[in-house]
Amino acid sequence: MQTALQVLDREYLEARCSLLELAAALDRIDRAHDHEEASGDLQDSRLDLLNQAIKILSEESHLPNRSERLLLLFSDLD
Amino acid sequence: MQIIQPHYHAIARTAQDYEKMAMSGVVAVAEPAFWAGFDRLYPETFLDYFRQISEFEPTRAAEYGIKHYCWVAVNPKEAENPTLSHEVLKHMPEFYEKPNVLGVGEIGFHKTTKNEEEIFEAQVEQAIKYDQLILIHTPHLQDKVRGTKRTLEVLSHMNVNPERVWIDHVEEHTIREPLEAGYWVGFTLYPVTKCSPKRACDMLEMYGHERILVNSSADWGPSDPFTLQMCVMQYRARGYSVQDAIEIFHNNPARFLGQNPKFDIKPIQLETIEEEITDMV
Ligand SMILES: [Zn+2]
Repeated sequence: MQTALQVLDREYLEARCSLLELAAALDRIDRAHDHEEASGDLQDSRLDLLNQAIKILSEESHLPNRSERLLLLFSDLD
Repeated sequence: MQIIQPHYHAIARTAQDYEKMAMSGVVAVAEPAFWAGFDRLYPETFLDYFRQISEFEPTRAAEYGIKHYCWVAVNPKEAENPTLSHEVLKHMPEFYEKPNVLGVGEIGFHKTTKNEEEIFEAQVEQAIKYDQLILIHTPHLQDKVRGTKRTLEVLSHMNVNPERVWIDHVEEHTIREPLEAGYWVGFTLYPVTKCSPKRACDMLEMYGHERILVNSSADWGPSDPFTLQMCVMQYRARGYSVQDAIEIFHNNPARFLGQNPKFDIKPIQLETIEEEITDMV
């Protein structure tokens, strides 16, 4: 098995890239929304899910199984 | 659609890349002089490399109907060795005579050291003296902001015409200053480490498309010449016309590189042909 440092060496740039792509996608949604006639708050449950996912990654960063928890968040559990 | 690939390290790529680029509309590539993956020890090694990109690569590209142009320079990484760099610089003017050499590039900063700065300035001075175009590399990752700022400071004390200078590898955090100072800027599309096709389209939407070049910079590292075509596709998928795409991916490089008269591919405009309908008896 690789050491934590080896994993970080391998994953750092890709993780950085994923974060940048996410930031750019959120900016893209904002910019498009700003252009729309009736702006105000954009109400869409998918946006809420993305924001909840970001919270899971940041506020609960010490907890394990992040990918599992995100997938459950994005799942229809009813 | 016709595309110009303005920053491409052909020497590190295969003939199949040329073939696929030709099939996807690439009509010309321009190859800046770059780091070989190791620091070269002799000035002659650089000169042979310049011969490879100014004499051999054009013949290989021509097999696929692609025009090949190049730039000569000591790249930022190897500029850390000033003695070697000055030796190479003495011979660079011989290459400005070659029919496909467009200018001095890529120069600039890697770690933004004093040695790099000395060689950067010397190369800018030589480019001005010999009326060559200038292509500037900005550092990767965490060094990019510092290196870009220093680049602009150094240039501001030199007698350069910003319209003949292209500052490459800009991203969201480094695009504004060079663009506002009148330079051309370039987005380098890389799979992971630089700009992505989507982010490039975002910046085109935010900053318009004047004085902006897009390239895949494909080299010997993890890179892909077709990130450029991905960007064209992404741009078109956002609803922009073929002519809008041509302005960015063909006409802008034709405009910038065409400031050197050796680059003879002109901007193009789509036109509908009105055909006469004749009786088909
Ligand atoms: Zn390059």
